[in-house]
Amino acid sequence: MKRLVVVDSNRCVGCDLCVYACTNRYGHIGISKSAIHVRSAGGVERGFVVIVCRACKDPPCARACPVNALTLRQGGGVVLNPSKCIGCGFCVNACDIGAVMWDSEFMKPVICTHCGYCVTFCPHNVLSLEEVG
Amino acid sequence: MVDWVKSLSRVLYIDLSRKLFWVENREDLFSKWLGGIGVAIQLYREEVPKGADPLGPENTAIFAVGPLTGVYPMASKVVAVFKSPLNGFVAESHGGGRAATAIRFAGYGAIVIKGASDMPIYVVVDEEKVRFRDAGALWGMRSSETVGRVLREALPGAGYRTIMRIGRAGERLIRYATLTAETYRHFGRMGLGAVFGSKKLKALVVIGKKGFKLPDIKAYREVYRELYELTRGPSTRKYHDLGTAANVVPLDKLGALPTRNFSSGRFEGAREISGEKLAEENLARRLACTACPVACIHLAAIREEYEDEKYFYKTEFVPYDHEPIYSLGSNLGISDRYGLLKLIKAVEDEGIDAITTGVVLAWATEALEKGIISIKETLVELRWGNWRNYIKAVNYIVLQPNEFYKSLGLGVEEAASRYGGLEFALAYNKVEPAGYHTGPLFHASLAIGFRHSHLDSGAYSIDQNLVASGASLPSPEDAAKLIIGEESWRQVLNSLVICLFARSVYTGKIVEKALKALGYDIDELTLVNLGKRIYLEKHRTKALEGFKPDQVRIPRRFLETPTPLGQVSEEYLRKIIAYYSKLVSESTESTL
Repeated sequence: MKRLVVVDSNRCVGCDLCVYACTNRYGHIGISKSAIHVRSAGGVERGFVVIVCRACKDPPCARACPVNALTLRQGGGVVLNPSKCIGCGFCVNACDIGAVMWDSEFMKPVICTHCGYCVTFCPHNVLSLEEVG
Repeated sequence: MVDWVKSLSRVLYIDLSRKLFWVENREDLFSKWLGGIGVAIQLYREEVPKGADPLGPENTAIFAVGPLTGVYPMASKVVAVFKSPLNGFVAESHGGGRAATAIRFAGYGAIVIKGASDMPIYVVVDEEKVRFRDAGALWGMRSSETVGRVLREALPGAGYRTIMRIGRAGERLIRYATLTAETYRHFGRMGLGAVFGSKKLKALVVIGKKGFKLPDIKAYREVYRELYELTRGPSTRKYHDLGTAANVVPLDKLGALPTRNFSSGRFEGAREISGEKLAEENLARRLACTACPVACIHLAAIREEYEDEKYFYKTEFVPYDHEPIYSLGSNLGISDRYGLLKLIKAVEDEGIDAITTGVVLAWATEALEKGIISIKETLVELRWGNWRNYIKAVNYIVLQPNEFYKSLGLGVEEAASRYGGLEFALAYNKVEPAGYHTGPLFHASLAIGFRHSHLDSGAYSIDQNLVASGASLPSPEDAAKLIIGEESWRQVLNSLVICLFARSVYTGKIVEKALKALGYDIDELTLVNLGKRIYLEKHRTKALEGFKPDQVRIPRRFLETPTPLGQVSEEYLRKIIAYYSKLVSESTESTL
């Protein structure tokens, strides 16, 4: 199994092409359906914070879900069952690194599937897909 | 009509006088003129009456994005159109940062800012509403960087918003004040910052997170991948590596690097302030506008020890590009890299246009040297290379301690009209030149280009190609056709809206494909013709405002200092101008 990792956020130039790539998976453009978030680290001269799901072995988001919509993914992280999800948003609050995003159109979380599509479109090798045991 | 046009056609109107806002569906404009400059010039014609005071409430600031914004790599710019307080004519300025995507993903194709507030305010736009907020605490702040930091911390939307703001120069109506986005990107030229200042508008914040469903994901992905590879390819490499500062050394070698108020095309200190040297010694970080893999924004770090305490340091970040290196470096005889960066930083903090500021100070330096003015006027001794005094002068331009600095705040032509030295007051139609002295086509393009900018048609590269090939000069008519042809095609790119650094990637064929994937049915030839129509719409608008190209002043200095193609002939320039003048005056709606 693989997981998405931030190799070196100092290489990030803030182009957001990873964010757009992620949204594209759903046939959309924009930011609303992205599981990645990039923002400045308090002014762009200080560089960027690249927030991705780190595929926890014991994910707080899953534990916070009252309806078992988030189940453990092999290799870490979680899988979302959207039919179960009631859109309470507890998972968003439970993730201290802020890696559970929110789709305000469907009122459900956006969960990283660690597919690595974003890695293909990062021009500066900030992201990579790594094998996990 | 294509769904994509529908999603782009929402225009947000903000009336600062009445503190009101509303949204109108302008499919009529976006289906006919694509977006960007094509739409913005039409909105300008609707909004700004003939004879409007550029600093009055009837002037309007229009921001427009286009169908490709946020969709493909390097579709990363916003076009702003307004009446320029620098020369009194319709003007256009482009800016990057996150402005383009924030506007698009807030759900708008354009934002129109009308009227004027009676008190300092800033405006926050999101997907649902517009908020008018008290800017009393921000007004008069010394550094525009601080204004950005305060707003950054006070407002939501980190990562998907733009914070466009003015510095003190805008508040004080310096005619070439800039509007700054994301600290280091600017709507730099023609004084949009002063227009904001006259409206008591300190900042415009746009927060946008919306998404849009693509009509054909398969076709889209194919074009996207092609464009992604191309925009990372050799045509943009130099912007990535050294940034635009890569031009300094080649231009100097060519004898086309404006030095000491264009008195020479060669600068003995060029190597010291070159892109290579800056990268080796000072480059701290590279940044990108949203949706751009190139990351041409180069930030230098300067470490400075406080004079009053040993081992007590601060580190500041300064953006550098070819234009400020020319205008505040070679053109002021500054080869001290540290001094140049400090001077750029001062210009950034005040929020004034680096090109105009440098040209104004170069004129003042020469005027002082020639005894036309004295230190009574300049207050500090302006001497080539003395960056410390130039920093003081930059502050004086904004603070305006005497009549002389009040004149400098109006641009070089106004200042020289009052004090003398017009022959070395360098501007076309009151707009100071960019950093090239490559040959006659560059100068002709500044005279007849809509914005009097090197970016109107990129004619500096036509000159350089002539030098390289050794070919003889085209006839004035052919030269005019080359310049106008290129400027016309750029209207298409500026309507989509594409960063011009990607101009060689976005060919007619590619643009046709890129639009097709979004559901547009518009072929290359139609695009070319649309570009010509937008060109004429713009230039006719300017002509209606009273622009008389035949009366454009050509400063003697431009003709005296040799270019790599020899001395520029006034007769040659006048013939090109006459061709342009005839084309625009004879065009009517029916010829479009």
